[in-house]
Amino acid sequence: MAVAVLVSLLMMVVDQRAEHLKHVRSALSVIVAPLQQIAGLPASSNEWLSESFRSRQRLQEENQALRELNLKLKGQQQKLEALEAENMRLRDLLDSSLKIGDQILIAELLAIDLDPYKQQVIINRGSNSSVFEGQAVLDADAVLGQVIHVNPFSAIVLMITDPSHALPVEVNRNGLRTIAMGTGRINELKLPHLPNNADIQEGDLLVTSGLGGHFPPGYPVAKVTQVTNSPGQPFARILAKPSANLERAHEVLLVRALSPSTPETPAPAAEGNTP
Amino acid sequence: MTVTPSRGGLIVLASFILALVLTTLPLPDWIRPFRPSWHSLVLIYWCMATPQKVGVGIGWSVGLLVDVMTNTLLGQHAMELAITAFITVKLHQRIRLFPLWQQGIVVFLILILEETLSIIVMGAIHRPTPALSYWASPLVGMLLWPWVYIILRDLRRQFKVN
Repeated sequence: MAVAVLVSLLMMVVDQRAEHLKHVRSALSVIVAPLQQIAGLPASSNEWLSESFRSRQRLQEENQALRELNLKLKGQQQKLEALEAENMRLRDLLDSSLKIGDQILIAELLAIDLDPYKQQVIINRGSNSSVFEGQAVLDADAVLGQVIHVNPFSAIVLMITDPSHALPVEVNRNGLRTIAMGTGRINELKLPHLPNNADIQEGDLLVTSGLGGHFPPGYPVAKVTQVTNSPGQPFARILAKPSANLERAHEVLLVRALSPSTPETPAPAAEGNTP
Repeated sequence: MTVTPSRGGLIVLASFILALVLTTLPLPDWIRPFRPSWHSLVLIYWCMATPQKVGVGIGWSVGLLVDVMTNTLLGQHAMELAITAFITVKLHQRIRLFPLWQQGIVVFLILILEETLSIIVMGAIHRPTPALSYWASPLVGMLLWPWVYIILRDLRRQFKVN
């Protein structure tokens, strides 16, 4: 008994402070993977059933809508390619090192409940798909979070709204840089480090600035919902709503920036100080 | 039905597997705080019924698996379940004689102890303190205890697990 408690305490300290137990966790995760598959069965079978028994008319409507969307996106893509090429040319003229272009891997969320007091999800790609720790995770709309632990066949993603997560962002309108921190509530981020006279308004779009090295620059993160200036306080109270569907995301994109400046090891910057 | 000791072990294993699956089964957000800690209930039952077989070691190992499954600090649930197993094994002769509702109260106290340990660990690693609904889970565990007890007891008698 005393031995078990002592070993547990020791493990907790080591797990919190050091990296040695990562391999133990990964090895054990292979054992519990079948259990997680079983736990995910109700959700996945429900999805399979609803896909199989959808009416023909609904499928046709969906097909039609998707085709229209595809056409629209293709139209935008044409413009984007021209712009990207132009951007590259201009950057070459300026001798700037930044390159656009990211590698993207699609992963699915596993329908598993993790610790309810941490904002994290588990995805079905792991080190077998060369997912790495610190990799940025997006959904269709915006940044969702980053990978904090990689198992052989799964990975754990910390969402940007977790209180231990901080993300370097900039205001898309004027390039004002700051850090967006999680609040623990699924639909809220806070920007605690902006002074009262900062040029930021409700409705401003925040995008990743890429300064921490984990997240590729230029992806949308959140929209500012509330700016409160209180003259007695040194900093303004600014809240933002994540643009990603944090509670409804189903498929996510894992991004690997192709620019040479991407560090493979976790950067010691303010970003992503996982507990 | 005569069952060799290894078959009895299989029943225990199966009940723990089911408990672990129930622990991670996805639930709607509003109901999640009310999820009882199934692994603790099952562990308490087996520690009480077969203390010579299931004890601190098994409690600790199950806790470690819970830690990996829910991605908590490695050792957090292991410590809690080891302590749970220790208390239950120590008191098993007394708890066995209680009527079901009194057993429920003992289970409630043990679950409260677990949650308290969890909150201490969360505080130590600077996680925010959870909302008051955090304490609903032991209550649900207490209310579910009679059913867990009866189901596992019948299983144990059916397969003669000793």
